Amino acid sequence: MSDGRHPLFYPLIVVGGVIQGFGLAYSGMARPEVVLEFLQFEDFGLLLVMGGAAAVSGVTFVVVPRVLDGAPLTGDPHGRRIRSMDRDVVVGGVVFGVGWGISGICPGAAYASLGVGNVEILWAVAGMFLGAYVQAYWRAHRSAPRTATPTTSD
Amino acid sequence: MLPVLADLFPNGATRYAVGGLFVATGIAVVYVGTAIIPGNSTVLESTLSYVSDLPRLDRPAYVTSRDWRVVFALSIVAGGALWGLVLDPGTFHTDVQWWRLLGGGVLVGIGTRVGKGCTAGHGVCGIGSVSRTSIVNVALFVGVAILTAMAVGAAGVTP
Repeated sequence: MSDGRHPLFYPLIVVGGVIQGFGLAYSGMARPEVVLEFLQFEDFGLLLVMGGAAAVSGVTFVVVPRVLDGAPLTGDPHGRRIRSMDRDVVVGGVVFGVGWGISGICPGAAYASLGVGNVEILWAVAGMFLGAYVQAYWRAHRSAPRTATPTTSD
Repeated sequence: MLPVLADLFPNGATRYAVGGLFVATGIAVVYVGTAIIPGNSTVLESTLSYVSDLPRLDRPAYVTSRDWRVVFALSIVAGGALWGLVLDPGTFHTDVQWWRLLGGGVLVGIGTRVGKGCTAGHGVCGIGSVSRTSIVNVALFVGVAILTAMAVGAAGVTP
């Protein structure tokens, strides 16, 4: 990976990932059962994981840009995570919700779940890759005819 | 603990809050050093760009970030192992049935890519950014997931 990155770039990615994975495993979110218990109102602990992490991240995103003048390893300015609002956000949220409610698993928690030895989670990991590919394939083949025959009306 | 809290958190609240703090710290470490806000689902598409030339996948944004995204995801696996295999040894095996994991996983994969983020990207980083887009997305996926899990449970599927 000699892509001109700062020598500490990858070590920092590793440290950040390990800390996050540790948190996901420690909290229990790496266990689909814990997520499903939350979704069925049997244990509200997951609110503390997600809500707590969001609150602390909120403080981070406010404080860091005021303290640092650009990121030390990339020189990039610190911003917030803002995505444009459109119909896809709504459709995607609903589809994601059905999948989360059926399986009790989301991407980050699935990776951490593999770490705690839960090899059964490979079903979910395979499913997520398959879903991401299906979505990309569908996008490619949905938009292609539209650009090829723009004047078709029916 | 107050009785009402014991009802809400039958397994205690500490491990959840501490775990959430670690999740946020991992994100903060990457953010402070690189200004990158690392979600956990873009790695699905960016990793597929190694082997696919579909236009949706073979994009500069994925090709230039796919190396560190794979490293980040594998580090999350390692972090899970640090707790689950080293500090609290004893592997965990889910009892949730394989078809729920596979079928739900497919929908999670589609939904996160269509909706521009997942539990980490929208749920933690987007909410932390007070992004209106993320608030809408999270409200929808949490609400729909509750209804879905309740329905699956009511249909007698356990676990």
